[in-house]
Amino acid sequence: MTNTEVLIQELVEKHGRTRNALMPVLQGIVSREKFLSEQAMIAVARELDLSAADVYGTASFYTFLDTKPRGKNIVRVCKTISCHMQGKDAIIKAIEGHLLVKVGDTTHDNKFTLLTANCLGWCHKGPVMLVNDEVFPSVTPEMAIEIIEEFAKKTT
Amino acid sequence: MEQKQLKKIDIIFGWDDKCTPIQVVEKSIKKTPENIILDMIDSGLKGRGGAGFPTGLKWKFCRNEEAETKYVICNADEGEPGTFKDREILDRVPEKIFAGMTICGFVIGAREGYIYIRGEYNFMLKTLQNKIDIFNQQLQTLKVDFHIFMRSGSGAYVCGEESALFESMEGKRGEPRNKPPYPTVAGYNGKPTVINNVETLVYTSEICRMGPEKFKALGTSDSRGSKVFSVSGDTPIAGIYELELGMPLKDFVDEFGDGDTKAIQVGGASGHCVPRKKFNDTIIGFEGIPTGGSMMIFNSSRSMYNVLHDYLEFFTEESCGQCTPCRIGCQQLLKGIEAVKKGERPPAYLDDLKRLTGTMKIAAKCGLGQSVANPFTSIVDNFREEIIY
Repeated sequence: MTNTEVLIQELVEKHGRTRNALMPVLQGIVSREKFLSEQAMIAVARELDLSAADVYGTASFYTFLDTKPRGKNIVRVCKTISCHMQGKDAIIKAIEGHLLVKVGDTTHDNKFTLLTANCLGWCHKGPVMLVNDEVFPSVTPEMAIEIIEEFAKKTT
Repeated sequence: MEQKQLKKIDIIFGWDDKCTPIQVVEKSIKKTPENIILDMIDSGLKGRGGAGFPTGLKWKFCRNEEAETKYVICNADEGEPGTFKDREILDRVPEKIFAGMTICGFVIGAREGYIYIRGEYNFMLKTLQNKIDIFNQQLQTLKVDFHIFMRSGSGAYVCGEESALFESMEGKRGEPRNKPPYPTVAGYNGKPTVINNVETLVYTSEICRMGPEKFKALGTSDSRGSKVFSVSGDTPIAGIYELELGMPLKDFVDEFGDGDTKAIQVGGASGHCVPRKKFNDTIIGFEGIPTGGSMMIFNSSRSMYNVLHDYLEFFTEESCGQCTPCRIGCQQLLKGIEAVKKGERPPAYLDDLKRLTGTMKIAAKCGLGQSVANPFTSIVDNFREEIIY
């Protein structure tokens, strides 16, 4: 069995073999592998006795359940109005310049994917960004780069 | 019209050492479910998520359903731009939410409660789960047959719509269902379900703690009680404030504005934009402009075209795409204002677009598509020149 299949086994044991378990199972895979590969979705379908199309249908609906390959760290900068007013453009520009990628792309070393997100719920402390599940409110362009660097050091 | 002065309140975040949330549960389950429902109805509490349905009635309808299995769901899929109060409540006083859910479960006859929390708040899952485990343990000690579980979302605004939330919990695409049947008849897993916003559930437990009278004494006859507001935008004191309902917008601006306030978006992207000239005669509450709590302040340096553009981009991305009026409507509104701005369409085209929002209001399947008309017409009507030139 591949690592992914082992992980899916564990998740299914924990959450049950019902359709109601589909979201927690997919979320569990994404939190470790950052995206859902075709093989992973097929394996989940088999475990939960669903069609692979059904699994893909659910997965492709949700922004945080990526079906495209992603880097080891996912950076999401909030782009909604309050963060826009508080300077999210400068944050995105700084990160783009530092990582040499555009929004939506993954770095060559596969360490980072840069994305934007709709309202992250920190409108009083914008601009805000998420790196994986960690939140960083009131960031400046300099801080954003420092945060990215910290994650780069931790990522092998 | 009845008006209230701006008054800061401390019910939601306040802590009573003599009557902690678990003690509120202990006290409440000694009453009859009917009495609790009467208290809720008497208090005048309406849903704090934005739609404003009377909470007591919702509980009553669900209690009246005959079913072996029922559910209580706490809607913590707070996604409205400009809203961040539920995160703060989940972070600071989650036990009050659990107490509200348990009391609701006791009233309607449910043994399971779920908190559906948005994926953007994953960073708080661990702490929250620990607190849930402790509370479940305390319920067991009290011999209360109720258990709280947690589910998380994965970044879809529309899942805050109650029926889309059920779909998501059932492992499906978060596409809203047709109503009726309403959740109190057929909700999660097709079973009778009460789904309440985080803040509403806290108020239910607070009403059980202090009695409906104290709650009722706040606010106006149409808008009882207080409400947590998320204040952001051009203000020196952005943050979370619990205020009495029924205040004129002017008082709010005097307190929170930066002296140069041009407009306030009340109720987030799906709410209404109020321009300066209407501050005096706009009331914050169900008799005026109701809100889920989002108050975004814009000063004169802001272009309202950019604001509207941002909102429309948001809706275009977050529309689930299930029904045509919303899927195509949002795209056309966005393209439309861009075309007017560039001069590719005449200014009168804005009136065609307004008619389109009218169609969406009637024909869209859920609140998302129906409410796009609110920001669109209120911004276009009040700031037409800014959209055109």
